[in-house]
Amino acid sequence: MSSAISSEDSIQISARPRRWHILVFLLPAFIVYSAVMILPLIETLRLSLFNTVDGQSTFVGLANFQVLFGDERWAADFWRALKNNFIFFTIHMLVQNPLGIALAAMLSIPKLRLAAFYRTAIFLPTVLSFVIVGFIWKLILSPIWGITPFFMDLVGLKAFFGPWLGKPGSALITVSLISVWQNVGIPMMLIYAALLNIPDEVIEAAECDGITGWSQFWKIKLPLILPAIGMVSILTFVGNFNAFDLIYTVQGALAGPDGATDILGTLLYRTFFGFQLQLGDRSMGATIATVMFLIILAGVSLYLFGIQRRVRRYQF
Amino acid sequence: MSKARMSPLRSGFVHLALAAYTVIALFPVVLTIMNSLKDKNAIFRTPLALPTAETFSLIGYTTVLKQGDFIGYFQNSLIVTVVSIFFALLFGAMAAFALSEYRFRGNTLLGLYLAIGIMIPIRLGTVAILQGMVAAGLVNTLTALILVYTAQGLPLAIFILSEFMRTVSDDLKNAGRIDGLSEYAIFFRLVLPLVRPAMATVAVFTMIPIWNDLWFPLILAPGEATKTVTLGSQVFIGQFVTNWNAVLAALSLAIFPVLILYVIFSRQLIRGITAGAVK
Repeated sequence: MSSAISSEDSIQISARPRRWHILVFLLPAFIVYSAVMILPLIETLRLSLFNTVDGQSTFVGLANFQVLFGDERWAADFWRALKNNFIFFTIHMLVQNPLGIALAAMLSIPKLRLAAFYRTAIFLPTVLSFVIVGFIWKLILSPIWGITPFFMDLVGLKAFFGPWLGKPGSALITVSLISVWQNVGIPMMLIYAALLNIPDEVIEAAECDGITGWSQFWKIKLPLILPAIGMVSILTFVGNFNAFDLIYTVQGALAGPDGATDILGTLLYRTFFGFQLQLGDRSMGATIATVMFLIILAGVSLYLFGIQRRVRRYQF
Repeated sequence: MSKARMSPLRSGFVHLALAAYTVIALFPVVLTIMNSLKDKNAIFRTPLALPTAETFSLIGYTTVLKQGDFIGYFQNSLIVTVVSIFFALLFGAMAAFALSEYRFRGNTLLGLYLAIGIMIPIRLGTVAILQGMVAAGLVNTLTALILVYTAQGLPLAIFILSEFMRTVSDDLKNAGRIDGLSEYAIFFRLVLPLVRPAMATVAVFTMIPIWNDLWFPLILAPGEATKTVTLGSQVFIGQFVTNWNAVLAALSLAIFPVLILYVIFSRQLIRGITAGAVK
């Protein structure tokens, strides 16, 4: 890079002209990105401090947040959505990521036959849309079609079958597991790549010391892929606290039954866009979006400054 | 490279586990496509059987093609996806070139600014995006979606492409400068062809979330003329819940293009995600 600069300097040594081309290269991306992404984001944060009083937009400070956290019309819905969102995230962390690590560990066994086939097949659900995935599982879990009871009968568990998506107690877990089914390909691939990047010498040295199989995975490989696991966790976090499509498809905008699967994304949609009899409320929508922004920002900062810097990285 | 041999028993278990999960991953998709080709009785009586000569029926597909404007939805999705990817790649590559090639004041800061969008989802600004689109009269136009998706694709495109552009040799670019090429010619004729593989990776990455998105079509372009395939099938299936033939056919129609593209590009995609670790 430096040589490029110096050569340019030497050509145009007298009165350095403005390098307009830099501006031309940067401007389109900068304008689109700022106008459609950053400015609306800032505007949304700003709107959360305003509300309509007597038909006029007025600065109300943190009153919207007070309403959201404390007012009886809003608080119950909000805290339930927040709690559900944390459960949604926890299930992903407990099921999706360990499953992804296990699949990646098996796929990365050297000279495993059919590895490319398994890899491609397991990643397939990840490229399908939430709409497709949501409806397919709705059909499969439907008591009318009877696919699920049939399979549970095969293993003698038919008695435990129930309309899981329709029961408040099990709906959130079921939806989370559908989402896990769809997204497990991402942790699998990222961790698979990390495992393949471990140099052979390290593995050979471990083998010379008699560390193989399970203990090799726990003692040698797992510490080496911790940065990838951290990365997967933060991607899961951002994805989960911004999720909407799957729940909207499977349970509708009301995130039934009885709001049992309501998360921040669906609450935001209903609040600012309106649904059925409920009118859209821009200020409260912006307030919820701001809360989501702060949650995601907190998670990302924790990752960037807390975890990513402390995780030991090994240079090969 | 001597590796400790795996016992046949252990490798058997590994294959069993991977094959079992492969079935779990593929079964729902296969089941849907399989049953979309059967008549109504067969769907319920023998859901796990392949369609036979007697049970084969395309009634679902004819219903879907008659009732919903699926061709139009496909067209919309295609236009939105292709145009957004084109602009995200073009603008992204230009910005990445400027950031990686020239030293100017505020370079690092601008790089950080453009990277915010990698972690902070564009959805959080929806309230103001909708407001802006209403003000600009762009609601229910494909332009609104294209603008949003271009902005959404830019941060990652710039990030990945500038990494790649740093690897393009300086000598080559300087040789071009000595031959009198303008900076634009250097970018379009020397650098762009060299980062084509990276562009393909970014394109595949950007494509999936755009094609599959439900949120923005639902909010910015829910009109019949501008529905994308994702929104179109969502609405269609919602109306035809009790017509299983139609529902399964609509789902299959939404799956096919993705499936075909995935089979063609899966190597590219997987290599992109794993940053080249998988050959």
